Amino acid sequence: MRPSDLLRPRPEGLYCPPGDFFIDPVRPVPRALVTHGHSDHARAGHGSVLATGQTLDIMALRYGVDFAGSTQAAVLGETVHVNGVAVTFHPAGHVLGSAQICVEHGGTRIVASGDYKRQPDATCRPFEPISCDVFITEATFGLPVFRHPPDTQEVARLIRSTEQFPERAHLVGAYALGKAQRVIRLIRDAGYSRPVFIHGALSRLCEYYQSQRIDLGDLRPATVEGGKKGDFAGAIVVGPPSAFADRWARRFPDPIFCFASGWMRIRQRAKQGGVELPLIISDHCDWDELLRTIQETGASEIWVTHGREEALVRWCELQGIAAKALHLVGYEDEGD
Amino acid sequence: MNRFAELLDRLVLTPARNGKLTLLVDYFRTTEDPDRGLALSAITGDLSIAAVKPAMLRALVTERMDPVLFGYSYDYVGDLAETVSLVWPDPPPHLRRNRSPSLGEVVGALQAASRSDGPTVLARLLDGAGIEARFAMIKLVTGGLRIGVSARLAKQALADFGKVEVAEIEELWHGLKPPYVELFAWLEGKAPKPEKAASALFRPVMLSNPVEDRDLERLDPVDYAAEWKWDGIRVQAVSEAGLRRLYSRTGDDVSGAFPDLVDAMDFSAALDGELLVGDPAAATGTFSDLQQRLNRKAVSPKVRERYPAFMRCYDLLQLGDQDLRPLTFTERRRRLESFMLTLDPSRFDLSPLAPFDGWATLDEMRKNPPHPVIEGVMLKRLDSPYVAGRPKGPWFKWKRDPRTVDAVLMYAQRGHGKRSSFYSDYTFGVWQGDAGEEELVPVGKAYFGFTDEELKQIDKYVRDNTIERFGPVRSVRADREKGLVLEVAFEGLNRSTRHKSGVAMRFPRISRLRWDKPPIEADRLATLQALLD
Ligand SMILES: [Zn+2]
Ligand SMILES: [Zn+2]
Repeated sequence: MRPSDLLRPRPEGLYCPPGDFFIDPVRPVPRALVTHGHSDHARAGHGSVLATGQTLDIMALRYGVDFAGSTQAAVLGETVHVNGVAVTFHPAGHVLGSAQICVEHGGTRIVASGDYKRQPDATCRPFEPISCDVFITEATFGLPVFRHPPDTQEVARLIRSTEQFPERAHLVGAYALGKAQRVIRLIRDAGYSRPVFIHGALSRLCEYYQSQRIDLGDLRPATVEGGKKGDFAGAIVVGPPSAFADRWARRFPDPIFCFASGWMRIRQRAKQGGVELPLIISDHCDWDELLRTIQETGASEIWVTHGREEALVRWCELQGIAAKALHLVGYEDEGD
Repeated sequence: MNRFAELLDRLVLTPARNGKLTLLVDYFRTTEDPDRGLALSAITGDLSIAAVKPAMLRALVTERMDPVLFGYSYDYVGDLAETVSLVWPDPPPHLRRNRSPSLGEVVGALQAASRSDGPTVLARLLDGAGIEARFAMIKLVTGGLRIGVSARLAKQALADFGKVEVAEIEELWHGLKPPYVELFAWLEGKAPKPEKAASALFRPVMLSNPVEDRDLERLDPVDYAAEWKWDGIRVQAVSEAGLRRLYSRTGDDVSGAFPDLVDAMDFSAALDGELLVGDPAAATGTFSDLQQRLNRKAVSPKVRERYPAFMRCYDLLQLGDQDLRPLTFTERRRRLESFMLTLDPSRFDLSPLAPFDGWATLDEMRKNPPHPVIEGVMLKRLDSPYVAGRPKGPWFKWKRDPRTVDAVLMYAQRGHGKRSSFYSDYTFGVWQGDAGEEELVPVGKAYFGFTDEELKQIDKYVRDNTIERFGPVRSVRADREKGLVLEVAFEGLNRSTRHKSGVAMRFPRISRLRWDKPPIEADRLATLQALLD
C-alpha cells in the first residue's frame, strides 16, 4: 500500500482512509486518535477518542468529563484494530501520557510521533524509537541552532540565582501541562526542598501528576492572603508564562522573570520577552535529537508536520532520505 | 570559561544596575585569578586579542557544515557570533576534551596566536568548548561584548567587592595591567594597596554640565570665575619620575600622536587643558586644523610642522609631590599661573580668565567671543576642589551656539547618485534613561555637512561596525563604549508626536566628526528638550 493511501493530510488533520480516523484533528471529527493532552493536539467535541488513559484523564480535567461522545483507553505497546487498520501507541517522552501512534496496514507502517523528545524526563515514559517505513515528525526546533543543554544544568542556574538574589522572588514561566511539573520535579531532584509556590492555573494538573505517583514535593498556592510580600523573597514561584505579564506578578518582591522554554536558546527571544533568567528546557527534540531519531527509525521517508520544516527537509535530502513538509496548520506548540 | 560565559549572558539580560553589580561582585568573589581579572579587562575593554573578522568566522563555520543550513540558521538568529556558537559541530567523541578550557587558557592561546593563525587557533578552541563558552570566545575575538556594562560600572563593582571608594579604583586603574592580581589581593585584604605601582598615572577628570534654563538665577556671579571654552580636545599632560603621558579625557594614552608636545613636557606635574594646534601667541588653529592630527596612525613631520600641537592649560592637578586637587579653584589657579612661567611658551600657554560683572555681561561675551576658535564660556566655582566626574554645581559650560548637539551614529543608509556606493545618510540619537541604563533614542537624520574625505572615513566606520543589515540600511554599533559621535547643527527644534524622542530637528547637518569623544558623553535627550521653545 502506498503510504499516502494510508495517511494523508486534510484540513482537519492527518486522515487514515482505510481506518476512517484522524490523528490529532484540529476540528471536531467522528473518530479521533490523540497523541497527547496539549490543547493544539487534543481538542474537545469529537465523536470518539482513542488515546492513552492518562491523556484521556488530562482531557477530562481540561475540558470536562463529557469532552467526547465516547472514549477508549489505549495501552502502550498493545495493538488495537480500527476498521481493520492495526494501531499501536508507543511512549513519546513529551509529557505525561504522550504517545506516538503507529499505523500499519497492507504491509506499510507509518509512525505519527505527535510531539516527542529524547532528553530524560522523570515525569513521563521515555520515547521508544519504532522502526517504520514513514516517520512523521514535528520540527518545532528544526534548525541547527536549537541544541538544548542538559535540563539539570539549567535548573542548577535557577537555584544558584535564588542564592545570589535572596531578596528577589524567582518567577518561573512554564506551560501548565508537562513543563511546569517537569521543572518542579527537576528542582526537587536538584535537592531543593523548600516549598515551591504555584499559580492557581497549575494546581489541578500538578495534583493529577502527584496522583500518578510523580512526587513534586511541598507545593503551595502563590497567593498573598494571610502573608506579606516579603514572604516570597528568594522563593521559586511557578506559573503559566501569560500570568507574568499581568497584575498577578506585581505581588512579588522585585521579581526575576525566568522562562523555561526551548525558545530561550535564542538571546533575542529572551530579551524581547523581558526574561532575565532564561532556562533552556524543552519538551521537544532539539536539532541533534531530531536527526538521531530519524536515523534510528530507519524510515525511508520523512514527513514533517509542523515547525521549521525547510531545514529538516534539506538535511534529509543531503542524507538521501525522501522528505516532505505536510504543512499542517493549527499546531501552536503549547508545550514549549 | 563557562563561568565567564554565564556572567556575560546574565549581564545582558539583567536590566537593573544593582542586579548587574550583584552579578559582578559575586563573580569576583567566586572566581580565581587570573580568570576574574581577565574577565574584568574584557568588560572594561582593556584586553587585547588579535581580532578575527566576521567573514573569516563565516568561512570557518561553512567549512564544517552545509552552507544552506547555515544560511537558514543565520537568517533566523540574526547575530553571527550567536549563530556560529550554536551551530558549531561538536568534534567526534574521541577528540573531545573532558573539560572546558578556563578563560585564562583561552586568552593565553588567543594572545599567543598571530593574526594569520588566529582563525585556526579559534577553531581549535571552539572545538573544545560548549555553546555558551563558544559564544563568549567569539565575542572576545570579534571585539565588543555589548553587555551593557560600562568600565565605570565594572569599577563600581570592584569598589563594592573590596568595600572601598570607586575613586580609589579609578585613580589606580591606569597603573594596573590585566589580570589585576595585585588589585584583587588588595580588595580582598590580602595585600597592601598597589600604590605607586606606576608613575604618570591618569587622574580622572572633572567635567561640566551645560547651563540650563533656570541655573543662573540661583547662582551668584561673584562665586564663579569664567574662562573661554576653546574648541580643541580635552587632554591631561602628566610627567612624573621621567615618564611622560598625554591622556585623552577618558584616560586613553594619546602620547604617540603628539610627540612634539610630549617632547616639551620637561616638568614634574599633571596639567589639565585643551589640546589645540598652531602658534599659541599668534594663531590658534581651528578644529578642522586640529583634525589633521587626530584619528590617524602616523603623523608625518610635514603635518607636524604645519599643525604644531600645543596645550592651553586651565588646571594644575599635581605639582611635584603635591596633589593639588583638594585645593580650591582659586588656589590651584594661583599655582597654575606661576607654574606656567616655567614652561615652553610655544607648547604651553595659560587659558586666560574672562572677567565679567554679571550674567548679562557674560551672556554677551558668550555670544560674541573675541576669537573664532572659542565656542562659549566655562564657569568654575572659586571655592570648589577638583572632583572627578560630573558633579552638578561647580563647573558649567555655556556654549555660544546651543543649536548643535553631540549625537551618536545609529543607522546608515546608502546614498543616491554618485554617492550610491557610500553609506551617506545617517540617523543619529542621543541618550535617555538613568545613569548606567542609558539608551539611545533616534532624534534625526542628516546627509550632508561633511567633506568627501570624511564621507570615506564614516563609510569605512559603518562597514567595520555593522551589527545588522536591513536592505540598504545598516545598523551601526552604538553603545556606551563604542560608537561614532557626530556634532549635529540644526536650525530649530520642534515638538513632535511622530518621533519616539518627542522632538524633531529642522535642517540638521553634520557639523563635525568627534572621533575623540566617547559615545556616552554625547548629549542627553533632556538637553534637546531644554532647547524647545
Ligand atoms: Zn505540537
Ligand atoms: Zn505537545
